[in-house]
Amino acid sequence: MDEFVYEVSNLNLFYDQVQALKNVSMNIKKNQVTAFIGPSGCGKTSFLRILNRLSDLVEGCTINGTVKLLDEDIFSPSMDVFDLRRRVGMVFQKPNPFPMSIFENVAYGPRCHGIKDKAVLKQLVLESLKQAALYDEVKDRLNKSALELSGGQQQRLCIARALAMKPEVLLMDEPTSALDPIATAKIEELINTLKKNYTIVIVTHSMQQAARISDTTAFFLLGELIEMGPTKEFYATPSDPRSENYITGRFG
Amino acid sequence: MFKSHSKKRRFINTLMNIVLLIFSASSVVILAVILISIIVKGIGSVSWNFITSYPSRNPVLAGILPSLVGSLMVVGGSMVVALPIGLATALYLQEFAKSKRWAGLIQSLIYNLAGVPSIVYGIFGAAFFVTTLKAIFVASGSSLTTGRVLLAGILTMSILILPVIVVTTQEALKTVPKNLKEASLALGATKVQTTFKITSRYAFPNILTGVILAIARVLGETAPLLMVGAAGFITFLPTNLFGSFTVLPVQIFSWITRPQAGFQATAAAGIIVLLLTQLLLSGIAIFLRAKLQKRYE
Amino acid sequence: MKTTNRLNTIVPYILMFLATIVILISIGLVLSLVFNTVKFFSVVSIVEFFTATEWTPLFADPHYGIYPLIVGTILVVSGAILIAVPVGLMTAIYLSEYAPRWLAKILKPVLEVLSGIPTIVYGFFALTVITPFLQSILPNTQFYNSASASIAMGFMIVPLVSSLSQDALNAVPNQMRTGGYALGLTKWEVTSGILVPSARSGIVASVILAVSRAIGETMIVAIAAGVQPSTSWNPFQSVMTLTGYISLVAQSDAPEGTTAYYALYAVGLLLFLSTLLLNFLGRLFIKRRVAAQNV
Repeated sequence: MDEFVYEVSNLNLFYDQVQALKNVSMNIKKNQVTAFIGPSGCGKTSFLRILNRLSDLVEGCTINGTVKLLDEDIFSPSMDVFDLRRRVGMVFQKPNPFPMSIFENVAYGPRCHGIKDKAVLKQLVLESLKQAALYDEVKDRLNKSALELSGGQQQRLCIARALAMKPEVLLMDEPTSALDPIATAKIEELINTLKKNYTIVIVTHSMQQAARISDTTAFFLLGELIEMGPTKEFYATPSDPRSENYITGRFG
Repeated sequence: MFKSHSKKRRFINTLMNIVLLIFSASSVVILAVILISIIVKGIGSVSWNFITSYPSRNPVLAGILPSLVGSLMVVGGSMVVALPIGLATALYLQEFAKSKRWAGLIQSLIYNLAGVPSIVYGIFGAAFFVTTLKAIFVASGSSLTTGRVLLAGILTMSILILPVIVVTTQEALKTVPKNLKEASLALGATKVQTTFKITSRYAFPNILTGVILAIARVLGETAPLLMVGAAGFITFLPTNLFGSFTVLPVQIFSWITRPQAGFQATAAAGIIVLLLTQLLLSGIAIFLRAKLQKRYE
Repeated sequence: MKTTNRLNTIVPYILMFLATIVILISIGLVLSLVFNTVKFFSVVSIVEFFTATEWTPLFADPHYGIYPLIVGTILVVSGAILIAVPVGLMTAIYLSEYAPRWLAKILKPVLEVLSGIPTIVYGFFALTVITPFLQSILPNTQFYNSASASIAMGFMIVPLVSSLSQDALNAVPNQMRTGGYALGLTKWEVTSGILVPSARSGIVASVILAVSRAIGETMIVAIAAGVQPSTSWNPFQSVMTLTGYISLVAQSDAPEGTTAYYALYAVGLLLFLSTLLLNFLGRLFIKRRVAAQNV
């Protein structure tokens, strides 16, 4: 029986009066890639941001229901939100490296979380860059500004930055939609390697991408979770007619 | 590997929140102290009498009438000179400039002039307007012996406020949406028609606000007028362009520098009148802009 | 409004003609300063101006060393900056990242009012409130001193530093903030470690322009700092700044044509050139900030 990293039950999300998520329940399996798909505005990104409580930063946001990370309710007062965000890393649609050197980008997070030893930091940075398949390309210029990197490299830097926090989960919000096909392929390959050690949840606009790299697919529509299951089965024989319409391109 | 330093980090976070708030609040505190101290010192001396009397060696009898009239003359005069030139320059730079080099030169000169300290304008006024006027008087055989006259003050302030008017008008013109202008041109209107009937009308509330704030600025200036001859003791109304003059801030300054303690109260009273006038002007600016904004929306 | 063809062609030229007045003013400004400065330096040697240490133009045996005026200016300006930059920057950070809406609604107008108050009011405040206060805690404080002027001037400049720094902070893309929070950083860690360094150029620009403003300020020093040139670095004594000398000459009706009078132009030119340079530098840093953010 697969271990569940996230257990979500009866999750409702309101932005002021507007309901963005209706009664979503799901379990996310460990060391797998789970893809969220669905048309624009269906709530998949909103849901993703609840998983690391970035939703806290939005004014007027109300949540009810439970979200458990490894059996801990992430909204309970005893959950340290800073540690939660360390354990659950996030990569965004548009790469957002900090305006610092490549080294500093990766080192800043761990340093704030208490790692001051220079040797330890250096080791951590190099390790994370290697894990993100970026090290070879930047090893000679770790002190140069991260903004000089190409789009694909910047995104891998953002992944390295998240990996440096030694997370358990990696959340990815359309990580390749701003990248060219070659960079996209590199990142998809990276995701395939990373899933051995991390649980990955990826929001994607591309059904083909979900079909290529994910083990489980969840289909969202208008704030509801319509269907969720093993990817191959989902695409071959979707059980809900709405899923079938989306897959065959009748809308979205 | 990641021990939880959460308590310490949260503490620093909350602490810095408070520190930032305290620093920000200091401005509010200082403003309050300034206003309160001035009101306390001066409110007793503010009276209708104060506004309608002339300066006197006796602080209790001293009044600001000539300086109020002088300020009015300087403000009015400088607006008469600077507004047409300023508006024209802004229109030229924003709408009509054909030669990029010429316009670029004027634009950067404007930015530089806007940053020149006011006293330097006073120096220029003294060097140029005062001496030129004196030369004219002497050459024309009149009885006037000095160039330190109202006209010099007006011209000096015109030059000082000109860059300010240009910049604020330019900013106002920049807010006009491009498609509005294009729509007008597409209807066959000329550039001149578009600029004067459409663009200027749209930008008018903001231009007006800029003008009113310029007036408030001219009202508050002391140093340049001191340089060109505003005096501290005038016993007549300075309505003669070629006569001595004074303005409210200079009058206040002369009271501040008087040794008798009583003049501190008089100075404070003058400051109250000055601030109230500026407040009134700003209030009018905000009111007018709100009213006009509705009409043009 | 029917515009004849003549109007359509003439109006742009009229506008351009009027705009050219700006060029004339600039030339006139520079020429008058330079011309009169040259007159001054025909009597007083440049070497003495820059190297002598006494400024006594009105004595029987006059000396024209600008050093005391420079000391005075530096004293007043640095004191003002010591207040304006921390307070201004912290206020900018608070307004940009922390302040709840209702508080921002109070703070912003307060800053606008502070920046609109005539400098003579600040001078009065320095003389009648700050100086007695300083004298009560440090009895050796003279009636005229540079510290009072610095404090008043500092708060006068806070709105300038604050608004320029706010612009710089607001220009930092929001993704920087979200990215920082996603790493589990606290608000202060995101603000101090990521946002403020990102806004570095704009903040530096605000400091430079603040210095320029402080150097050119006249009335506060004329009222509160005194007219006694001094080479001492003690901020609790009377000093004379560059602007202080200029205002002194203006008030004293120094006879035109005397060297003491022409000294005014040399000092004025120095003032003009230094603020020009600083403003240019400040604008340069603002351009760098805009360029950096468009990467």
